[in-house]
Parts: sequence; structure tokens; C-alpha cells
Amino acid sequence: MNAKPAFNKRDAALTALALAVLYLFLWWADGSMAGALSWSFLPSPLNGYEIQILNLVAVYGILAISLNIIYGFTGMFSLGHAGFMAIGAYVSALCVLSPEQKEIMWIIDEILPPLAALHTPFWFSVILGGVVATIFALFIGIPVLRLGGDYLGIATLGFSEIIRVLIVNATPITNGSLGIKGIPCYTDLFTSFTWLIIVIFCTVRLLNSNFGNVLKAVRDDEIAAQVMGINVFHAKLFSFCLGAFLAGAGGALLGNLLTTIDPKMFTFLLTYNILMIVVAGGLGSITGSIIGSVIITVLLEWLRVVEEPLDLGFIHIPGIPGMRMVVFSVCLLIIILYRREGIMGMREITWNSIGRWFSSLGQSKEDKA
Amino acid sequence: MTLELFLQHFFNALTLGSLYGLIAIGYTMVYGILRLINFAHGDILMLGAYFVFYGTTLFCLPWPVAVVVAILGSALLGVLMDKIAYRPLRSAPRISALISAIAVSFFLESLAVVVFTGLPRPVHQPEWLVSIITIGGARLMPLTLLVPGVTAVLVAALLYVVYHTKPGLAMQAISKDIETTRMLGVSVDKIIALTFAIGSALAAASGIMWALRYPQINPYMGVFPGFKAFIAAVFGGIGSIQGAVVGGLILGFIEIMTVAFFPELSGYRDAFAFILLVVVLLVKPTGLFGEKQEEKI
Repeated sequence: MNAKPAFNKRDAALTALALAVLYLFLWWADGSMAGALSWSFLPSPLNGYEIQILNLVAVYGILAISLNIIYGFTGMFSLGHAGFMAIGAYVSALCVLSPEQKEIMWIIDEILPPLAALHTPFWFSVILGGVVATIFALFIGIPVLRLGGDYLGIATLGFSEIIRVLIVNATPITNGSLGIKGIPCYTDLFTSFTWLIIVIFCTVRLLNSNFGNVLKAVRDDEIAAQVMGINVFHAKLFSFCLGAFLAGAGGALLGNLLTTIDPKMFTFLLTYNILMIVVAGGLGSITGSIIGSVIITVLLEWLRVVEEPLDLGFIHIPGIPGMRMVVFSVCLLIIILYRREGIMGMREITWNSIGRWFSSLGQSKEDKA
Repeated sequence: MTLELFLQHFFNALTLGSLYGLIAIGYTMVYGILRLINFAHGDILMLGAYFVFYGTTLFCLPWPVAVVVAILGSALLGVLMDKIAYRPLRSAPRISALISAIAVSFFLESLAVVVFTGLPRPVHQPEWLVSIITIGGARLMPLTLLVPGVTAVLVAALLYVVYHTKPGLAMQAISKDIETTRMLGVSVDKIIALTFAIGSALAAASGIMWALRYPQINPYMGVFPGFKAFIAAVFGGIGSIQGAVVGGLILGFIEIMTVAFFPELSGYRDAFAFILLVVVLLVKPTGLFGEKQEEKI
């Protein structure tokens, strides 16, 4: 292997260009470009619904990457994501709500005094949500990560359900099953995509480092990795905690995007959704997770069509509520049966691979000529 | 606590425990053979309950006929599930089959929401099953005695099939070594289909009794009993039928008795099973009746 620098000039320039284009797009989509420039020929910005979908894409992207770190890159079948997200969302909500709002909202029990006075900036609350999720991951991970394969899945699933039970019962902290409403909608396009880009950047750097190789070695063959002198347990615990941190942060962003959270939101179905994104995108592929989150989020919204009544003029088909979940689960089944590696498999889209693709396009044209 | 009250709790626990046990058998048989957690098992339970509900209300079938139809229908569904979602993945990594199982479970739940709507439905309990009788001062429904009785009969029949018939022998052989069994001329796929049929039939039976005991059905009713029964199967030693029944009974007693003696813990009831799972897996991962498996390198 020739030692390549992690970033050569071309890649850095292309990345910067892509980021600039992305932010320009967000600036336009947000509607603030039209306000700032007042050019009349600009196409009108996206409406609130479309902005919401874009935001969801970014948040689901973060969540998919976090599950991919645990499952796709370290090979641990963890189904506890909804639990970590719930922790992140609740911690963040408790941080950003003003004391007056809290006083009104907690009606079953008085809110705990130190929490009532808590009021922090949004960015801090997201990080704190991630940190608290990490602490929980550490406690649950130390006993549970010694389990193998599918037992780990059931144990982590159980953990996320226990978190839900705790949230329902700990009314002085969480307001119980009533949930928390009126969370300020801090997650706008710039915030969510900036978080996504930071997460992608850090994850890619980590996975290309030596420690990334350690994680992949643990995934591919645990015993061989152990023989090579890798502390498998530490590697697993680190990966689990990192995934939990990102899941907590993602949950915090989601809570501030939807402005309402309650325990029913964070059931195992939420974990299945994210698992679906990761599997569809490709286990062990960061670009796959991003593509997966775009496709699945858009697909889920687009599938609302099948739930609406359809009028073809001569025939009237009534809408069937719940139908999109059926289509969605059939899609998951088809992917796992016929294209197990997902869209990307373990491959990544890099500037190099795009360059190769373009040059291969040029070549095939020359061949034809 | 008075003796009467204790007796009442005892029979409640026995009922719940035998229901868990019946569901756990399906998990343990499939896991013993395929090393697959059949996530959709709990949803078969739900469908069994719905079949009876619609059989008796919509098609006006008499109860016994509806029960038989529901159990046969669920068994067929189990076989179909294996054929469509699990058989193509026999040689794939185990995790793929697990995701497939999750997808099937997700599919059955969503389909149930579409077909039966998401509203919880009340179940009509036949009069003779719920008219209260008094035994030794404890006020009981005949149902609480019927459930453990039916369970005992079903388990006895199952044990006979597994230990005294040829297909049962084939099941045991497959759980030891699937490839060797195939080479010895056993049609492995048929035996596995039979396993799914038996497991699903038992799940449907427990689903019907569950719906009678806790008279409300909804598309997600099978999820939690499913998880808990799996935990009971692990506790009893996965792969062992007796273990599954004993594990289910113990889990039922833990849930009912903890809440009976410490009512303030009742909100945390759903968490007990998962705590039990972590403890069992840390202390004795093979469970009560499980065989120790050497890890091959």
C-alpha cells in the first residue's frame, strides 16, 4: 500500500465546492436567500412541508450513521437505538425549555427543582443529550456486550423498552406519558445539515484511521482480532458508546424538529425504521446510509399517496390508512431477500470513484466511436 | 396477604406463566433448529386471536370450529412464512435471517392494522368461562383453570411427538447437525416446515387464550408477549421444550408475584423480563435446561 495523505488538494477542493453548493441550496431552500437578495428570477423557495422532509433526511442520516457504526462497522446487532434517541430527546427538551413553560406543563407531578431552573443553549443541549446517552450506553454495554449476536439484539431491544418504561414512570423528570410539548423548533436546515456534515466528517476520519481498522477486524472475525492482540471488548464498547452518542444527539435534533416528544414515539418501530435505512443503504457504507436515508424518508412521504383516495375518473379507489407501512415492510423484505448487501454494499462513493466513473464513461464512448 | 388472595395471585400467575410457556415453545423449537429468533412469532399469536374474533363475529362460526380454523390457519401461515422469508436465507449469514424476521413481523403488524384497523377490539367471553366460582375462598374464573389445563395437554402431546415419533426424531437430529441429517436422507425442509407449523399452532392457541383472558385484541398485542416468551425460552435453556415451559411459568410467577407483593412496582412490570434476561445471560447463558455448546474455532 502506498501511503496516501488523508486529504489531497483535489479532494479538499472538491469537498469544499460540494459544501458550498449544498449551503447555497439550503440558503435558497430556507427562503432566506430571497429575503437577502430580492432577485426576482429566483425560483420560489421550498414550502414548510418540503423543508421538514429535508430536515428529516439529515436527522435520519445522522441516526443511520450511528447505527451503522455499531452494526455495519463493528458487527454488533444492537436494537437499542430508540432508547438512546429517547434519552437524547428528553435531555435536550429539558435543557431548552424555559422554566415558565416547564411549570405549566408538569401537571401530574411537580418537576424536580434543579431541572426546573435548567436553561441552556440549543447546541449544548444536543451535546448533553449525546453525553447522557453515552453514559447509559456505558452502563448497559459493560454487561451486555459480552453477549454474542442475536442475544445482544434482544437485550438491547429490552434496554430500549426499559428506558420507555422509565420515562413513563419518572413523572417528575419526564412528565410521564403526557410527553413534552412546545419544544422550540431549533432544528432548521442549517443546524441539521451542519450536524450531519460534522458527523460524516468525524466518522469518515475515524473509520479511515487505524482504530477504524480495529473495528472492522472485530466485525470480520472476532477471534482472529483477539489473536492479533486487539482488545475486542474495548473496541466494541467504544463503538457502542460512539453510536449511542450520535443516536442521543440525533434524538435531540429530532425532538427539536418535531417540537413534541412522548414515550410512544420511541418504540421498537423507530429502531426498525433506522435499521431499514441502514440495511437498504448498505451495511458498512457511510454513503450508503446517506443515500438510504434520502430514499427511505422520501419514499415514506411519497407513499402517503397510497393512503389517499384515488379518483381515476371511471373508478374511485378509497384511501387505505396504514397501507404505506405494508408497502414499506414489503420493500424491506424484498431488499433482504434479493439484494442483501443493500444499495451500496460495503462500497463508498469517493471523489476517486466518481472520477473513475466519469473517465469510464468517456472511454466507453470512444470505444463505440 | 391472606391465603385466599395469595391463591388468586397463584392461579393468575399460573395462567400467565402457561401462556408464556406455550409461546416460548415455538421460539425454542425454531431457535434450536435454525438458530433464528423468529420475531414474527408474536404476530402469529395476534393473528390467531383475530382469526377467532372474526370467525365468531363475522362468519358466525361456533367457538370450537373457529378455534380449529384459527389454529390451522396460523399453522399454514407459519409454513408460508418459513417458505417465503426464511428458506431462501438458510445459507446466508444469520443476521440476514434475523432482519428478514423483523421485516416479516413488521409486515404482519402493518397488514393487521390495514385489514383489522388499529383500534383495539373487545372480545366477547363465553359466559361459562367467566362466571366466577369459589375454590377454597379464592374467587376464580373457570378460564384461569382451563388455560393451564389446555397447556398441559398440548405440551404432553408435543413431547410425545418430539420424543416418540419419526418426525420428532428428525427434529432432534436437525437441531444437532443439519447437514449430516440432510445427508442421512431426511427431507430437512419439510421437517423445518413442520416445526414452524407446530410452533405457530401453539402460538395461535395461546393467542386465543390470551384474548379470552385479557379480553381485548389489537394489532400489536403479540409483540410484548413475544419478547417475554423469548426471554422465558432463553431462561429455560434455548432448544429445550421442557425448559421453555418451566421458563415461562417462572417468568409468569415473577411478574405477578412481584406486583402482588410490591404494588408500587407495578409500573415497571414490563421491565422485569428484560432484567431477568440480562441476569440469566450473564450468570448462566445456557439457561436452566440448556446444553453447553462448545465454541468451535
